[in-house]
Amino acid sequence: MTANQTLRADTIQGRSLWQDAITRLRKNHLAMAGLVILIIMVVVALLTPWIAPYSYEVQDLDLGASPPSAAHWLGTDTFGRDLLTRVMYGGRVSLAVGFIATTVALVIGVFWGAIAGYAGGRTDAFMMRLVDILYALPFMIFIILLMVVFGRSILLLFLAIGCVEWLTMARIVRGQVLSLRQQEFVEAAVAMGLSPLTIIIRHIIPNILGPIIVYVTLTIPSVMLLEAFLSFLGLGIQPPQSSWGLLISYGVETMEEYPWLLLYPGLVLSVTLFSLNFLGDGLRDALDPKTSKD
Amino acid sequence: MLKFIFFRMLQAIPVLLIVIAVTFILIRQAPGGPFDSEKAVSPYVLEKLNERYHLDDPLYQQFFDYLGNAVTGDFGPSFKYPTRSVSEMIFTGLPITFELAINAMVVALIIGISAGLIAALRPNTAQDYIPMSAAMIGICMPSFLMGPLLVLVFGIWLEWLPVSGWGYSAGDKILPSITLGATYAAYIARLSRGGMLEILSQDFIRTARAKGIPEHIILFKHALRGGLLPVVSFLGPAIAGLLSGSFVVETIFQIPGLGRFYVQAAFNRDYTMIMGTTIFFSVLIILFNLLSDIIAVMLNPRLSYGDKN
Repeated sequence: MTANQTLRADTIQGRSLWQDAITRLRKNHLAMAGLVILIIMVVVALLTPWIAPYSYEVQDLDLGASPPSAAHWLGTDTFGRDLLTRVMYGGRVSLAVGFIATTVALVIGVFWGAIAGYAGGRTDAFMMRLVDILYALPFMIFIILLMVVFGRSILLLFLAIGCVEWLTMARIVRGQVLSLRQQEFVEAAVAMGLSPLTIIIRHIIPNILGPIIVYVTLTIPSVMLLEAFLSFLGLGIQPPQSSWGLLISYGVETMEEYPWLLLYPGLVLSVTLFSLNFLGDGLRDALDPKTSKD
Repeated sequence: MLKFIFFRMLQAIPVLLIVIAVTFILIRQAPGGPFDSEKAVSPYVLEKLNERYHLDDPLYQQFFDYLGNAVTGDFGPSFKYPTRSVSEMIFTGLPITFELAINAMVVALIIGISAGLIAALRPNTAQDYIPMSAAMIGICMPSFLMGPLLVLVFGIWLEWLPVSGWGYSAGDKILPSITLGATYAAYIARLSRGGMLEILSQDFIRTARAKGIPEHIILFKHALRGGLLPVVSFLGPAIAGLLSGSFVVETIFQIPGLGRFYVQAAFNRDYTMIMGTTIFFSVLIILFNLLSDIIAVMLNPRLSYGDKN
């Protein structure tokens, strides 16, 4: 390296792909609003046991269902339980399902796709054919079947949903890895005698973080929707635990007399899903400007 | 072309077998036998019942018996309502679910394609933003929220439309169809906007314009065919989604369709019913995926047959 080049590197700040992406994301107001709302939601969910205005279970049967008031901001349900508190606790479960099930999908999908793409040849063909077959299965029905057979436990719900959502992740990762494998830095790593696992973890995965992050942001809302869907049918989260889907299903039962019991949990769920989708779209535009919406 | 269809159908067979086998094994793992009830059943009766339903045969034999019967459309009797057979219940519910799904699909296609076209004609203007924001709402608002909200507004507050049922009173099909179709309308709007934008920027459209062909002919004759390709490949998965969406919509509106039967069977642990409907749904979904693949290839011969990678 000549002195001249060193000098240039010092004076002209290089902009990495990530800095570039952050700048682009900052300009996208919808995505930033989504990010802020999500951060607030997550913080509230984490702090719920300390900041919830009332206890989760305490009933006030004399009060019964009351509309929003100064004492109960979102009103109370038919047992006189504070709705705000219940929405906060429900959010913990809904968000946890969203994040944990997506993590399960992420881990399986990234490793499956990376190994298939890196190994290539027959291993690749076999692994991806399996993904094709699984794609054709009606998974919604299988999750219901699993919940019926093994009982409705929250842990199973995480696993079942995670096991469904990894397929697309595996496809995306494999495609990326296939093109990366041809590049010189991977060849160099091979020549240096690194093991395939090290190459995948240290050199390949960091280079495909962009598409992975985008897909994760878009998977979380679909997972949360799936959980809410199951809980609404009574096949997901079971009382006394609660989730937004379950609160909505209670709200539907009494919506004629007490519409706020439906409206507020529904609003919170919709706003969260909105924020995640906008953030996901924004990240996609920021990290990969070539692919526009759809 | 025929070869492609043939191989795609061959591919569907192992998938179906896997579905049936997995369903069968899972159901057998379920805790609590079908004859567990509040009342104690004497061991003798239990034995007779097991014999009656061939539950004492080895598992593989039960599986092949079931498979053989299922091919002829016989899924055995319902465990919960022993006088009714599973096939009978499937075929009373199916026409209703089918009608609901078709209505919803029509709603989704009409609203979705028109919104997508309107948006694609003037991208990045209000004419684009307004329908696309509406589509975002449609995607983010789950059907189990939209349905009750529609009922609350149009059924209870305004009293314009009936709140439940299917074919009992005038107009009771409107709300369920809109509820089920809304999400898909939103996806279709986004897909057709994207597809049209891509096609409209291509050379042959510019050539057509240069030749002085009227804009509406360019739009509907030249562009639409290619622009709607993404919509066509979405139809297969959409049908699968409509079927599982029918679980919720039929529950909300108390429609006696297949989806509601399925959810009830899941609650009642009606094993034969769950097994029958699961297999039936799977066959439908796999068939529709196959169909949409074939249509996609017919519309776009550039998609090479067979080699999907």
